[in-house]
Amino acid sequence: MSIAEDAAPRKPGFRFERWAPLILLVGAFAIYVGIALGTDQAQYLTFDNLIAILGRSIALGITAIGQTFVILVASIDLSVASLISATAVLASVVMDGSPAMILPAILAALVLGAVVGLTNGLVVSGLKVNPLIATLGMSLIIQGCLSAFVSNFAGEVPAAFQVFAYGEIGPFPLALIFLLALAVLAWAVLRFTKFGSDIYAVGGNEEAARFAGIKTGRIVVLSHVICSVCAAIAGLYLASRLRSGAPWIGADGVYDLESIAVVVIGGTVLAGGRGGVWGTMAGMLIFSLIDSVFNIAGVDSFAKQVLRGIIIVAAVAFYAIRSKRIVA
Amino acid sequence: MTDRADPSGARERRRLPQINPVWVLLAALIAAIIFMNPGFVEPTGYMNFLKRAAPLAILAAGQVYVITSGGFDLSVGSLITLVVVGSSMLTNNDPAATYWVVPVMLGIGVGVGAINGLIVCFLRVPSLIATLGMMITLNGLAFLWSGGAPRGYLPDTFRFFGRELIRDVPLVRFIPVSVIVLVVVVGLFAWLMHRTNLGRQVHAIGDNPVAARLAGVAVNRVRITAFVLSGLSGAIAGILLGGFAGVSTDVGTGYELQAITAAVLGGAQLLGGRGSVPAAFGGALALTAIFTLLNFLGLPQPVRQVVQGLILIAAVALAMHRRKQTGT
Amino acid sequence: MKHLLLATGALALGLAPLHAQNFDDPEEFAKQQEQLQAESMGPEGQPWVQHIGGDMVETADLGIEGPATVCFSNAGVNNPWRVVGYTNMTEEVENHDSIGEFIHVDAEGSDDKQIADIDDLLAGGDCDVMIVSPNTTAALTPAVERACEAMPVIVFDRGVNTDCPVTFIHPVGGYGFGIQGAEFIVDNVEEGANVLMLRILPGVDVLETRYSAGRRILDEAGMNIVGAEFTDGDNAKTKSIVEDYLMRGDIDAVWMDAGATAVAAIEAFEDSGYDIPVFVGEDQQDFLRKWQDKGLTAIAPTYPTYQWRTAVIAAARVIEGEALPGPEWVLPQPAITQENLDEYVNPAMPPLHYAMCGCEDMANYPEAWGGN
Repeated sequence: MSIAEDAAPRKPGFRFERWAPLILLVGAFAIYVGIALGTDQAQYLTFDNLIAILGRSIALGITAIGQTFVILVASIDLSVASLISATAVLASVVMDGSPAMILPAILAALVLGAVVGLTNGLVVSGLKVNPLIATLGMSLIIQGCLSAFVSNFAGEVPAAFQVFAYGEIGPFPLALIFLLALAVLAWAVLRFTKFGSDIYAVGGNEEAARFAGIKTGRIVVLSHVICSVCAAIAGLYLASRLRSGAPWIGADGVYDLESIAVVVIGGTVLAGGRGGVWGTMAGMLIFSLIDSVFNIAGVDSFAKQVLRGIIIVAAVAFYAIRSKRIVA
Repeated sequence: MTDRADPSGARERRRLPQINPVWVLLAALIAAIIFMNPGFVEPTGYMNFLKRAAPLAILAAGQVYVITSGGFDLSVGSLITLVVVGSSMLTNNDPAATYWVVPVMLGIGVGVGAINGLIVCFLRVPSLIATLGMMITLNGLAFLWSGGAPRGYLPDTFRFFGRELIRDVPLVRFIPVSVIVLVVVVGLFAWLMHRTNLGRQVHAIGDNPVAARLAGVAVNRVRITAFVLSGLSGAIAGILLGGFAGVSTDVGTGYELQAITAAVLGGAQLLGGRGSVPAAFGGALALTAIFTLLNFLGLPQPVRQVVQGLILIAAVALAMHRRKQTGT
Repeated sequence: MKHLLLATGALALGLAPLHAQNFDDPEEFAKQQEQLQAESMGPEGQPWVQHIGGDMVETADLGIEGPATVCFSNAGVNNPWRVVGYTNMTEEVENHDSIGEFIHVDAEGSDDKQIADIDDLLAGGDCDVMIVSPNTTAALTPAVERACEAMPVIVFDRGVNTDCPVTFIHPVGGYGFGIQGAEFIVDNVEEGANVLMLRILPGVDVLETRYSAGRRILDEAGMNIVGAEFTDGDNAKTKSIVEDYLMRGDIDAVWMDAGATAVAAIEAFEDSGYDIPVFVGEDQQDFLRKWQDKGLTAIAPTYPTYQWRTAVIAAARVIEGEALPGPEWVLPQPAITQENLDEYVNPAMPPLHYAMCGCEDMANYPEAWGGN
């Protein structure tokens, strides 16, 4: 599995940025193994356990794949957490325990995602509102509308749909395979399609992209739609995993800021135009490993937060320190 | 005649943006509040309002430095929590401790700002991520320091700044101490921004950092100063909030986004180059007025969120629209 | 693991629809009203090992040998109530030789993370007994069911929608809390008095039931409820809300669904120059001290943190093969009143300490709880 994916001009030789996410991931894994052995808890190194670690952050991973697209076009999406709650509740209410309603519920959630993404994209590219503000505002609007209707777990996910979160194919959880498939799809889109290369072009330099005849607005809108649809899928996954949807599950998981952190730790540059999906996957695994390391090392809950904050900054500094650019 | 009509028409259009729309918004909101609750024109009404707005207004005045210089500071909310929890730990019920605890807290604010600035300037971590990491870290530190249960009550000497009133003042009957702090701090920040070289340099590096550096601006020093001022504003806001409401472990939650919102309502341009302390002050008052008004209207929390989201997007969209029209 | 799908499916089908959550259930209200009055069984003066209702479960056949490993999946330590409780818990672990290792994983308030935590513990934690404090009831049910297949499980605080755990430990409950406060108000003000109800946030089961019970009693007694506001548990917001209400009219009593912001609400009266009305708070030290200092007419219903001790005691009994109250272990839920206020006020303890901790006789009291 190659970890870095990049569409910047190809230069021969070792490219640090390309390998940095892999280096970080290997480092995180080494720490995990070290701590497990060092504290005499080799039972944490079994196959089952490694699969459990991989499966820890699937919702975060799905969201982060979408977030990668918007960050690549130099935008950002803070509305994913609210959208996850909204789609989880919507799906769970539409299904309401009935297997026949699974398909309509999935469609409804995806449509809601697409509409939110479209709105975000249009506000950002059409009204030229800074994406941070546009999506923060959107987040407040979604959360407000949602809380107006539901204040607790609502609806129920039928058993058949719980397969999404709890099903297994051989030793692998279905959701893990789904995440991998989604990552491959995203990678293929970014790597092999015109849309993919346009994303890098727009993120790298919007003016230049426009002069090169790219319809930049359309690319930004489409990226936002992809991001929001991914968040909607994450909402469906959580509804399946929690058997229902509640208006706080997105905010409780801090999926907005964490998905951004995962993308950036994976080497995608906030300014846009550089990075890729495999880095994001590496970032997600790093987060899962950190969580697991904290659990097996029995780190105090409060110290955990302190360390997590420092790790995020340090990981990003690991790439950024070599850059000569003045960052925002 | 046509010769004269045209330029005056242009002058008309150019003069419009000179009245910052935030003041119009604020006036409309205040009028609505007075209509809803005539008691607002009494000193108790408007002084309570100012007292309530003081922490946010001070935060916004600090945030506007960072925004104008092209960054974000997400760490101020957690900094407030750290200041309140830390003050309760350090004073440990001793009224005499206030005289050194307050300077220590201001020092912590300056230190946090300096670290933010150093990380952004020298580790080249984007400020969004650097201050996000700082936000998580500080929150963890506040808990770690207190073990989750802050040890002391804040003594009345400490709470003086946020809670006490100066009575028997002519015309207005009484002035809350926090309003005096508000006026002094915002006055100083405004003077620094709009009457000194520092302010010009902050604007210059936010507008175009490369050009500013070529023009001889010490970019790093100015950026760090901006973060330091924001950190300082966070510490002051924390002292006021701790004084107003006493010890709790989540006082600062959400203030970072409110401060950014207030600055943006005041016309500050995200990613730099444009920002005004008095207008950010106006933005903070407007935001507080929105909350107060929605409260008086008896609207539930969800509606408040939706209104806040819509106003946020509309304000920025309007600003962009006007900017395009006036061609600046 | 192979039959997971089938098992989950079957169990899910067997459950009643989850969405029909009813926070105003007259039967549950009546039951808890009765339990508040009931005589509890067990050693006197040690409410954390007492129980209401006499059903017991045998654990001898579970066949666990001490010292055993106890794993604890915690919803979070994200508020002072949980901090005090968790301290009770870790201190109680020291009292039991049968507990060899105590592994704690903290879900930081996220359902998704807690499910992952429980899966991690099942995959490699070498746990003999598991204690779970669920973040939310419905979401954690499947994870607890999986844990039940592997080992004895003890659930406390919030419940789960399955009876597979050995026992579910909880105090009387939210209705009981609401009843105690509201009845005190009814007894201490005139009919038609103005009552302000302050709530933390909507949707949380334990808080919603407190409110519905309080509201029911106040309405039935003919009180004039001037408002029911959400404070988000934020002191500054609470103070502002009360100040705004005071500008509009008098308030004769304040009912709160949780006491964390009670002192801020009292200060709003003080700072605006009003007498402090009849108050319902909770057992946090800052409120109790204010009550004592100002001679308030007040009551502090509690949601006792000593239940965290009980969870460890239950785990130890499971390991030792002793019988314990179950499948529900209902703990007494005393309120602090004027009569026993002095027993609970302790200036040496931190302001956010919950006094009904049952921890005063423990080895490291008061230092471990942040007192001096």
